Formats: sequence, C-alpha cells, structure tokens
Amino acid sequence: MLKIDNLHVQVGEAEILKGLSLAVPAGEIHAVMGPNGAGKSTLAYALAGRPGYEVTEGSATLDGLDLVGLTPDARAALGVFLSFQYPVAIPGVPALTFLRTAMNAQRKARGEPEVTAPEFLKSIRARAAELKMDFEMLRRGLNVDFSGGEKKRMEILQMMMLSPRLAILDETDSGLDIDALRIVSEGVNALRAPDRAMLVITHYQRLLDYIRPDRVHVLAGGRIVASGGPELALELEASGYDRYASAA
Amino acid sequence: MSLARAIETGDLAELPSRRDEDWRWTDLRGLLRVLPARVAETDAEAIEVAAGETRLVRLDFVTGEGAEVVRRRIRIGGEAVLIETHRGGGISEIDLAITLEPGARLERIVLVEAAEDAVQVVIATVALAAGARFAQTVVTGGAKRQRIETRLRHAGGGAEARLDGLYLVSGRRHADLTTVVIHEGPGGATSQLTKGVATDQGRGVFQGRIEVRPGADGTDAKMGHHALVLGDRAEVDAKPELEIWADDVVCSHGNTIGALDEEALFYARQRGIPEPEARAMLTEAFLGEVIDRIGNEEARDAVAAFVAERLA
Repeated sequence: MLKIDNLHVQVGEAEILKGLSLAVPAGEIHAVMGPNGAGKSTLAYALAGRPGYEVTEGSATLDGLDLVGLTPDARAALGVFLSFQYPVAIPGVPALTFLRTAMNAQRKARGEPEVTAPEFLKSIRARAAELKMDFEMLRRGLNVDFSGGEKKRMEILQMMMLSPRLAILDETDSGLDIDALRIVSEGVNALRAPDRAMLVITHYQRLLDYIRPDRVHVLAGGRIVASGGPELALELEASGYDRYASAA
Repeated sequence: MSLARAIETGDLAELPSRRDEDWRWTDLRGLLRVLPARVAETDAEAIEVAAGETRLVRLDFVTGEGAEVVRRRIRIGGEAVLIETHRGGGISEIDLAITLEPGARLERIVLVEAAEDAVQVVIATVALAAGARFAQTVVTGGAKRQRIETRLRHAGGGAEARLDGLYLVSGRRHADLTTVVIHEGPGGATSQLTKGVATDQGRGVFQGRIEVRPGADGTDAKMGHHALVLGDRAEVDAKPELEIWADDVVCSHGNTIGALDEEALFYARQRGIPEPEARAMLTEAFLGEVIDRIGNEEARDAVAAFVAERLA
C-alpha cells in the first residue's frame, strides 16, 4: 500500500534521506527505529509534504499514486495522517471546530457530503471517552495549555476521527507516562485494520511493548540498514544502534 | 493644525503632515493637493443618557463626496452601549466629545467601512469622571488614508478603560489607530489590545501613548499591539510609548509584528485544510482575542461578522 523507493530528501542544503526504500502492505504496522539524527522525523515530514522537505530523487506512492508533488492537504484527503512529535497549539480555534473543519475539508476534496453537527458530536464524544479525555477540553483552543500526554491523546483522537489509510506516528511515546502510553497504544491498536497501513517511528523499544509491529526497520544515515521481525526491536534495545553506525 | 481646520478655512497649510511627529505615518498634506467644496454641517443635538438610564445608542455617519466636518457631543450618566458606524467617501473629520459622569458606563463599538478613496479622520475625546467605566473596540478596514484617534483622560480616580482595536488593511488601504491615554486621577486602570492584519500593499499604523501624570498613583496600565504582515509589500508601523510620573504604578506594553505561524499552518494543512482556508482560520483566530473582549453580545457578533467577511 505504501511504497517508498530510493527516496532522497534535502532540507536546506543538507541531504538527510539518501535513498530510503520501504514498503508497508495494507493491514500491517511497521516500526522505524533509529538513533537521533538518522532522519526519522524527516521521513515523516517528507511523506506528509512539509514545505522545505524537498524530494530530489525517488518516489513515495500510496496505493500506486505518487505523493511527491502533492500539497499536504491533498495528501491528507488521500488518507495520509501524521501524528506529530510536537503537536502545535492553535489559540482561538477550539479543538472541536478544528477537527470538524478538517473532516469536512477532506470530505469535500473526496467529493463526499459534509458530516452533520449531530453526527460529528456523537462520534467524537464516544471516541474521547475511549481515550479517557475530558470532553470539555475539546471546547478550548486546540492543544492550548494541554499537557504532553493530552496533546498525544488529541493526536490519536484526530486520527480516529479522520480514519486515514496511512497513519504515521512520529515519536508518539515521547512525553507520555505509563498510563497515557497504554491508553494511546490501545487507541492505535484499535485502528489496526485490513485496509490501513501504519508506520510507527520511535527511538525506544518501549512503545513496541504496547504496539506490536509486523516488521521493524532500522534507519541510520538516511537509509534503511536492517529489517526484521519484532525481535529486531528487542535486539536493538539490548545492543544499541552503534553497530549500524558503520553500516550507514 | 488639523483636517477639520483645513476644511473649515480652505487652507491646505493647516493639514497635518509627515513633519508633525504625531502624523508622520499618516501624512495628509502630501496627499491632498486640493480640497473639495465643503458640505454644510447639519446641526445635531447632543446625545444624553441620564443617570439611572440604560440605553443602546446607534450613530451612523455617512459621508458624501465633498469635504465635511461633523461634531457631536455625547454625555453618559447611566449605562450605554454605543454602536457607531462610519461609511462613505470624500474627505471628512468627525469629532466626538464623550463625557462619562461619575460611575457611568459606556461600551463604544466603532465599525468603519469607508470607500477606497475616502480620506477620513475620526477623533473621540473621552473624559472619565471618578469610577466611570469605558470600553471601546474600533474595527476598521482602512481607507485611502485614515486616522481613528482616541484621546482618553482619566480625570477622576478609580476609573477603568478598555481600549481595543482591530484593523484589516488590503489593497492599498491605510488605517491608523492612535490613542493617547492620560491618567490624572489615582487608582485608574487602562487595558489596551490592538491587533491588525496587513496584506497586499496595505498599511497599518498603531500609535499608543499612555501618560501617568503626577498624582495618578496606583495606576494599572497595559498596552498590547500585535500585527500580522502577510505580504511583501504590506507594512505596519507601531509606536508604543509609556510616560510615568507617579508612584506605585504598574505599566506594561508588548508589541509584535510578524507572519503567520508556519508550524500551525502546516499542521492544519496536514489535517486536510487547504492553504487559503488554513490561513483564514489562523488569521481569524489571531484576531479573535480582541473580539472576545467585547461585552455586548450583539456588538460582538457584528464585529465577528465584519472580520469574517474580510477574511473570506
């Protein structure tokens, strides 16, 4: 479903991704692990189409359609969702308003009818409850004065509501205590579906105790240098990334 | 020296020019080479809201093609909401003298929808007696050249004032929001928040001066001006000034001029909101803080609609 082939990405003058290839079939969760500075967040941003992350070579296709060159919102409408490592606060835009605007913008782009207010509220109430979020919080400015854990739950809530084809989770475990990590992971696991692919980007193995990946890839020096089953994550936890430094 | 005097005497030398420190960003002498015929002023009675009375007052100023000077007096003893609109073109100065008696309350909302070629000065001189409460929100889309000025005097002690403003200038429009606040009585409070957005070749000007005179001890004054400059050829000029001659005074000011938050913009686009809508949403949210400070619900809705229409 997601197929990345020989992807080169430049940020400013620096080439960060240097021929990265990776495929995630529908229904699978793949983890991308790697040391700091390996290019993990660059991969996430490049797939989402962040301005300033320039693809100089290679391709990234979703269901055979090349994402490179599409605007971030066009990619979102195709089903690309990025859970941010540092979700942005938007004062003055209540979370409810933001999310409903986003849902309807995506639906409009796909030629689907808008979600009605009662439908939207019913659905978001139920999902906020699953994530043990205080519904009143959603009336406040998006992520304004939210704790680190609340922001990550907000990301997962948005992911549940937008129901993406491809979910990219960038360091979702950072800033989470054990309880929040469990709730967020349950949310992610509930989204595992035959027509959805997920890419979980993480520095630590800890998150993978809760979200079981089908495959684990090691990203170092801008390339995938090793791939394997879930046991690879455990191995990395024990031996560290040092031995991949030379491979890169 | 003022636009009113120039219109009344027909003498262009009376026009404020950029050589006057106070008008350096809103030069009228350099702009106007001739003055059109003066339109006779219609006499209007003073507006009075007596003590014990509560009223909503509407004032609609529509200027024509000529040159016009309009003067009105407003005296509030009780409690009032004033919704004031300014429309039309031509060259005009509108002077309002507003007096609040002890304990009186007034919320003044000024909506300015001038023609693109209008040259317009609106000056409100406001005197607050002891314990009076005054709140103001000026909202303008600018004109060919425009100054909306408020001169507020805390004459008595313990008065409170909120002085807010919003400007949205696009095309080649110009808006100047100038305020002069003088604290004479002790224990007064002034809270000021002005926000603006300049696009295309639009130009916004904010000049805010707060003077705390000897004897105005215990004054609490805050001034904030924040602007978004959303175009290479758009411009915002700001001059905040605080002068303090009294004791035990809390005074602060903040001034920022910048662009939209690129992080927030990408975040919204990642969730599927196309760029123009995302920009409008973030701009509206930026301005929303000023709208939220409006007490009267009807006025708040009118201002929100005014802003939404200009961002669409």
